Amino acid sequence: MNPFPSTEKKETRAGFGDGLLELGKQNQDVVALSADLSGSLKMDAFIGVFPDRFIQVGIAEANMISIAAGLTIGGKIPFTGTFANFSTGRVYDQIRQSVAYSNKNVKICASHAGLTLGEDGATHQILEDIGMMRMLPNMTVIVPCDYNQTRAATLAIADYFGPVYLRFGRPKVPNFTPPDQPFEIGKAQKLVDGEDVTIIATGHMVWQALEAREILLEKGIRAEVINIHTIKPFDEEAVLNSVKKTGCVVTAEEHQRNGGLGDAVAQLLCRYYPAPVEMVAVNDSFGESGKPEELMVKYGLDSAHIIDAALKVGSRHS
Amino acid sequence: MYDLTAIASQVRRDVIRMISAVQSGHPGGSLGCADFFTVLYFDVLRHNPTTFTMDGKGEDLFFLSNGHLSAAWYSVLARSGYFPVRELGSFRKLNSRLQGHPTTHEGLPGIRMSSGSLGQGLSVGAGAGLAKKMNRDDHLVYVLTGDGELQEGQIWEAAMFAAARKIDNLIVTVDYNNKQIDGPVDQVVSLGNLRAKWEAFGWEVLEMNGNDIPDVQNTLGKARSQCGKEKPVVILMHTEMGFGVDFMMGTHKWHGSAPNAEQTAVALGQLKETVGDY
Repeated sequence: MNPFPSTEKKETRAGFGDGLLELGKQNQDVVALSADLSGSLKMDAFIGVFPDRFIQVGIAEANMISIAAGLTIGGKIPFTGTFANFSTGRVYDQIRQSVAYSNKNVKICASHAGLTLGEDGATHQILEDIGMMRMLPNMTVIVPCDYNQTRAATLAIADYFGPVYLRFGRPKVPNFTPPDQPFEIGKAQKLVDGEDVTIIATGHMVWQALEAREILLEKGIRAEVINIHTIKPFDEEAVLNSVKKTGCVVTAEEHQRNGGLGDAVAQLLCRYYPAPVEMVAVNDSFGESGKPEELMVKYGLDSAHIIDAALKVGSRHS
Repeated sequence: MYDLTAIASQVRRDVIRMISAVQSGHPGGSLGCADFFTVLYFDVLRHNPTTFTMDGKGEDLFFLSNGHLSAAWYSVLARSGYFPVRELGSFRKLNSRLQGHPTTHEGLPGIRMSSGSLGQGLSVGAGAGLAKKMNRDDHLVYVLTGDGELQEGQIWEAAMFAAARKIDNLIVTVDYNNKQIDGPVDQVVSLGNLRAKWEAFGWEVLEMNGNDIPDVQNTLGKARSQCGKEKPVVILMHTEMGFGVDFMMGTHKWHGSAPNAEQTAVALGQLKETVGDY
């Protein structure tokens, strides 16, 4: 049975909002910015308690990123909040020059990432952001898997000096990791031991991986499940250790196949330990309007597709 | 008291020598703004060149939004004590801290933000100004932008924001030389009535001749006295691109071209060595 029973569903973005409020109490240097999406980012509680440390920038994301970079000069730790689409693609050059290349202590906090944004459709469903961000030197890329982990990650990135991209989402999803967990940037989490196949997942897909593991077990396949909450820096050792044991890998992410977690795993394995890899990811297409769960099924991002991938990669291995 | 005219002449010599040595760089804007840079760094800024800190608490700050004016900026930084003057000879060369466009990446004292991709410096200055207000630090933030750079939309995002937030510790200077790479700004995409635009955005607008040192001193003084009055301040600084070298003036051709050996000799003949070449 699933060793991580979920008692309730919560939004990962609420984990960000609650983490931000806690940070506000802990660290006087933390300031928050939003580009007219503070409610969607669950920043209201922070704004209520710390109105003087919130900067409403309006619908001007490029301005927001560069203002955040400027705020670091003076010792502030700015957390910017908008949708993932407007946090990355729209402002790539601002992030590249004023944040990453300048190595500024800006935390780019991005909600509504991926298909689970739902009905607003492909204009808002960014599936390329992990790739864009992990290509940038100096950038740390974090994709927590549930509410508790998003809250923990929000707290952890304030204590780390440097640019961070923190990606989370819109819908309520199972909240299965422990409250008040320590969050170690760059450290993979092995959730379940297994010998036959390694499933490496990130974000909303970690729960799907755990569900897939249950079904695979019924079929006599013991899958090891690893949560990669930090895509960069990438925990190479944890992945290599697992794959040396299982010999094959399924990756799962709410992102394009190009540039994401699957790419990071494949890049690692082809250099140090060639092994079959199947990638559960969006295959070079845009999304569309629909309910989040409908979209995840249509675009192949659910436990059924992870199971299929595990069976396929297992046959390639043997 | 510094002899600002003498320093400005040396800065112009540095610019020509640095760019000529690597046959690469942007002499026009650096020459046009040499007087402004000199006044700013030797007469206006309250700063601590020998104890540079990134967060700049308790100091005035300067951000160069039009990063291609790096040569003149490096010259005044070195000559005001941020790093050894001899290092100017490494400009744009391999393994140098003096990159083609300014960067924090190589740890060069005096630089707090990378620039080169245009349009970002005003937002950065607004953020730094906000941080100073939050820190109850009454020092000021200065930003230099180009005029062609005002075609970037982000400039106007920042202009709207700074006025709305009453960021009144911010002094932006526009290098208004009406030249950009492809020709006169008026012909590329006209800025229209630039004073009226800034006024409509809610800024205090001043104008000066950027190649008249006393006017630059007086106007920067006025700008400082306008701070703290709930409006950001912009100075439309009329300059001549290439000022100080006759064949570089009156044309946009020297925006991003290096003089050859013969042209360098002519240029240096027009620029007096005053406080010593690097």
